[in-house]
Amino acid sequence: MITSKNNTLNSFADLKKLQKTLRLRILEMYFTANAGHIGCSLSCVDLMIGSLLSHKQDNEVFLLSKGHAAAALYACLNESGEISDEELKTFYKNGTVLPAHPAPNKIAGIPFATGSLGHGLPIATGIAQASKILENGEYTYVLMSDGETNEGTTWEAAHYAVAKGLDNLIVMVDKNGLQGFGNTDEILGVSADKTKWEAIGFDVVECDGHNIEEIYNQIDLFKAKKNGIPKLLIANTTKGKGVSYMENRMEWHYLPMKPEQFEIAMNDVNNNYV
Amino acid sequence: MRREFSDAIEKIALADEKVVFITGDLGYNALENLQEKLGNRFINAGVAEQNMVGLAAGMAYKGFKVFCYSIAPFIVYRCWEQFRNDVCLHNLPVFLVGNGGGYGYGIMGSSHHAIEDIAGLSSLQNVKCWVPAFADDVEPFVNQIVADGRPAYLRLGAGKQTPAHEGNFGSLKMVVKSDEAKGTIVALGPVANNVVAVLQQEEFANKFNLLTAQNVPLTINNEGLSLLQNTENLLVIEEHVSIGGLAQQLSVQLMENGITFKKFISLRAEGYPDGTYGDQNFHQTQSGLDAKNIADKLRLFV
Repeated sequence: MITSKNNTLNSFADLKKLQKTLRLRILEMYFTANAGHIGCSLSCVDLMIGSLLSHKQDNEVFLLSKGHAAAALYACLNESGEISDEELKTFYKNGTVLPAHPAPNKIAGIPFATGSLGHGLPIATGIAQASKILENGEYTYVLMSDGETNEGTTWEAAHYAVAKGLDNLIVMVDKNGLQGFGNTDEILGVSADKTKWEAIGFDVVECDGHNIEEIYNQIDLFKAKKNGIPKLLIANTTKGKGVSYMENRMEWHYLPMKPEQFEIAMNDVNNNYV
Repeated sequence: MRREFSDAIEKIALADEKVVFITGDLGYNALENLQEKLGNRFINAGVAEQNMVGLAAGMAYKGFKVFCYSIAPFIVYRCWEQFRNDVCLHNLPVFLVGNGGGYGYGIMGSSHHAIEDIAGLSSLQNVKCWVPAFADDVEPFVNQIVADGRPAYLRLGAGKQTPAHEGNFGSLKMVVKSDEAKGTIVALGPVANNVVAVLQQEEFANKFNLLTAQNVPLTINNEGLSLLQNTENLLVIEEHVSIGGLAQQLSVQLMENGITFKKFISLRAEGYPDGTYGDQNFHQTQSGLDAKNIADKLRLFV
């Protein structure tokens, strides 16, 4: 697994501790910044722990395609030592390299700026294609939102990945069922649907997107299958996971916390996680 | 220029194993040599241009120098955000290649024309747009694009050979030189061939300088600025709309350097003035980019 700034993570218990540590860090970041996108970060941080912080090797790439969950990414990269504590404190401030959506060219662990949806999968597909030509044995990880599967580029890239046999591409979808202005199933239908992705040729597995052990093990299984088929982990998640009043509430895509809400949120996370 | 282009790519890709060529499902009767010789570095990404550019960015991140080829409007307009966000902001070696810039695809209609491409692409961070005017420009441009290793757009058209090469002034290439010039013409792309045809007429012989703008954003060296400073009249011609085109980009630089003219004429693509369509010559004539109108305008300088 990984060496974090605090200790070496070599067990699931260690990874599970991060579920709490990183949530508390994310909440503090958003509260200090008086900013929104909290629910989106809490929804996908466990997927990042189970991939970025545990599977990804030094030369490999992890792309956060749902760039609006930048705080979760920054918190993870702070944990791995790629973003310093001092840098993390500049989140959202003038002169920062940590804006609301990941910026280009500044942090080694952020190879591409994201924020406009539908860009991550094509780029990741290109990286995976390059790895195939270079025969370097690297895997590429990309994390998308389920709303993002509305984007046409997602499907262009998906077809490409299948056609070119990119089994070194590991796609994760944070399927929390909520998008910008409504429920995903009521807007364009469920585009992060297992049968749709299987129909175009992906190897698809659904999992509990908050169960670290399940996420980690499934990615392990994916990596073991060198079968010429790209992989998709549809992670069933809860927007705002871990904070009682945020869970499954669309408004927590946008709202910042008031002081009393921050206090409740911190208490919830402290109580809900080990 | 497609033949010159595919020959140049073949040569450079065989010499440099980091060069990758991706086509958006186009190239019939033009790119078969690349398909045959580049192995897994020739990729048909299908009719999915946005993915093609994102894909290219990912490959460039891993060290490849990636050409993305399609018809000019398809590679420019649909992929603009991918080129901006994924390529240019990261200063990656991804090179868009658009065949048939301007009205090059003629009767194919407006969907196949690219008359706003330079405005859109040259405004992006880190990018350089290359516009060969003559067929023999293509190979050196391809080589320079790869050597530069930065985001680029290559706008191909149909051009003859350079009549004479009298030197470069940064972006500007002098192809007709007059010691007693009544004016200077700066042209973007193969429409320069129309100007060459006019200047070969006896009436206009040895009366004008002709420069082609090889790339934009323009860089003009002191020698070039001096030449323009000593020019009484200037005509700028381009198969591109006025907004964001060569004349506008050149004008800013000239004004910043205090260079003015007795007469200044901008000939440019006027879109579809009466809503009718035809071949490239038809559209050039409608916009006043044809030899007859060029000659009429040059007479105003004499």
